[in-house]
Amino acid sequence: MNAHLTRRGLLGLGAGAGGAVLLGACGDSGPNEKVTGGGQNAAPAATAYTGPNVTLAFWNGFTGGDGAFMKTLVEQFNAEHPNIKVSMNVYQWVDYYQKVPAAVASGNGPDLGIMHVDSVATNAARGVILPLDDLAKSLNLTEADFSPPVWQAGVYNEKRYGVPLDVHPLGLFYNKEVMEKAGLDPAKPPATNDEYMAALDTMKSAGIQGSWATPFQFTGSMWFHSLLWQFGGDLFDAGAQKATFAQDPGVQALTWYTDLVKKGYSPRNVAQDADLVSLRNGKNALNWNGIWTVNTLAQDKNLQWGAAPVPQIGTQKAVWAGSHQFVQFKQRSQDDNKLTAGKVFINWISQKSLEWAKGGQVPARKDVRESAGFKALPEQAALAQQIDYVHYPPSVPGIGDALNTVVTAVNESVLLRKEPAKALSDAAAKADQILEQNRKKYGG
Amino acid sequence: MTMLQEREQTEGGQVSPGMRRNASFTPYLFLLPYFLLFGTFMLAPAVYGLWISLHDWDYLLPGKPFVGLDNYQALFDPASAVYDFFWQSMQATGVFTALSVPLLLVAPLAVALLLNRSFPGRTFFRATYFAPYVLGVAVIGVLWRFLLDPNLGAVNALLGGSTPWTTDLPWAWFSLVGVTVWWTLGFNAVIYLAGLQDIPRELYEAARIDGGGKWAEFRHVTLPGLRPVLLFVVINTVLQAANMFGQSYLITQGAPGVETRTAIMYIAQTGLRDFKMGSAAAMSYLLTLALLAISLIIFRLFRTRD
Repeated sequence: MNAHLTRRGLLGLGAGAGGAVLLGACGDSGPNEKVTGGGQNAAPAATAYTGPNVTLAFWNGFTGGDGAFMKTLVEQFNAEHPNIKVSMNVYQWVDYYQKVPAAVASGNGPDLGIMHVDSVATNAARGVILPLDDLAKSLNLTEADFSPPVWQAGVYNEKRYGVPLDVHPLGLFYNKEVMEKAGLDPAKPPATNDEYMAALDTMKSAGIQGSWATPFQFTGSMWFHSLLWQFGGDLFDAGAQKATFAQDPGVQALTWYTDLVKKGYSPRNVAQDADLVSLRNGKNALNWNGIWTVNTLAQDKNLQWGAAPVPQIGTQKAVWAGSHQFVQFKQRSQDDNKLTAGKVFINWISQKSLEWAKGGQVPARKDVRESAGFKALPEQAALAQQIDYVHYPPSVPGIGDALNTVVTAVNESVLLRKEPAKALSDAAAKADQILEQNRKKYGG
Repeated sequence: MTMLQEREQTEGGQVSPGMRRNASFTPYLFLLPYFLLFGTFMLAPAVYGLWISLHDWDYLLPGKPFVGLDNYQALFDPASAVYDFFWQSMQATGVFTALSVPLLLVAPLAVALLLNRSFPGRTFFRATYFAPYVLGVAVIGVLWRFLLDPNLGAVNALLGGSTPWTTDLPWAWFSLVGVTVWWTLGFNAVIYLAGLQDIPRELYEAARIDGGGKWAEFRHVTLPGLRPVLLFVVINTVLQAANMFGQSYLITQGAPGVETRTAIMYIAQTGLRDFKMGSAAAMSYLLTLALLAISLIIFRLFRTRD
């Protein structure tokens, strides 16, 4: 399993509704002091740890091939730091995001963890994770060491809660054999709207539906997000008061995406993963998918494939991306030794993120991205070119709740159940209600 | 003779006061072990859930403001954020229940009647029909999602065409109901089978002597003989269907749009993913009330027939 399979678990929950009651029972002794705060962290963050031996619990959701890369890094870290022992626990992401808050609330939380960029604000607001400003300061980490969108992503309420480990943008994955068969140059994947449409028409006349459009979140919603930003739109207004994805750019974006189906460049009713499976089977040529796909495709020894930045369909360059961020969890009683050791670990791993990139990621750190070692990973390096125009959802607690309405809108439109404009405006009306609900809940 | 005397004595109340007190405790002592489990894992959480439903509840947020019946009111207020989604999900649950329950009552009965006859390989077939039931929902969900894939799946490859089994209505309902029947048919069949084996042979003989045919035997011996298990099967099947979650979650992901998202699926998302536990608890209680009402009606139907 890879990141996209496991992350999909976030869509919903493996547990039944009864779990809500059990979780609720963890109740009143929660870690929160005040909604926007989330407690204190150790004062000075060090790059070295000289205290007594400590053991750190490090939880994450790297259940796929990526887990092996992280495990190797952790073992190497333990070997180099005799007084720090990091023990890693892996859960499915969906379980992880339920389990961690409950564990923190009951005082059994781990010391360190990973969170996706769109979960950082929610967990900060709920008092699950600690501010890490001092870490950034003492390590002299600045925006220039990463890239502006990546660096700003881990901030909520003017405090930093996440230290970026990687960026996982969407990219254009293409089947060279299919392109060649249709008479296209497999060394030149389309980069603009004109080139994309020309390629689709060429393939269509060769009897190939060249760009399957999936109606599901992975990765249909991400494809739509990319197009929305490319057409100059955005998901929400400043401060995420109102949904703006149903305005003209959104309608243009979803119309373009839905037209892949309406104009016959994609079959109707593409099921989950069918877009990628068909690419591997030689039935599909151009698929916008996450960088984690690199490892999946690399397993097909006979497949001739390539990866490129997503084409620019709209008026500007933009692409959806996710990011794994390091976080530290709140504890019942603060242990400065553990906090310091944890920061040493975060800093160390983040410098070693080249190894991590091999698992199908773009390292967040600029120096690693520009190293010769990273440039030797052709697909990852190709997608890393997009780093300066990646977009994330706003850092607002509960933003995922509102974003789920977009998932539904894309689904309804691509399955031709609703016209794009209608699907988006219905979703935006719902999203506005959810945003208002969340403002009340989180006091935003 | 002595035993009889003893019993008369007991019934006449001529025992020592110590014995009598002990006796009034006895049933409760026997009930206690079960009540402890029931109280801890059913009653207490249920009451706690009721309490949660009266609050704006996130177990990690400090406020948990008391909102009275607001969470319930929102479910009946068309302008609220949850109204459309909730009733959509209730409707999905209703459609699934209405479609799957009749099939899950009739098909397993037919299978049980066949498997109750004696023929070579009977045990093998009994095991075969029961086999899918031992698989987890994750296994059958992923399995059928691949098989039913509209463009690449084995089912459409066999049938020809490109029926949207998982992405369009009504096909998605056919898939969800079909998969569920295939998956859980064995369970009901086994219960029916046990019921069939409890029906005394003599009744069939009597029916034959009275000149009844196969159909008369079924109507006047088999069906009445199955009534006790039938009540269990009906109630259990209805509740199982109303609690459907995994199949939609894995096979259709609620698609198209949210039209196959069931009540339990929406409640779980609201409570455990969006952490709006007060609202989710209120929805659970509404669903519970609906199921209680349906169960009562079913009990009543069975009682009036007696």
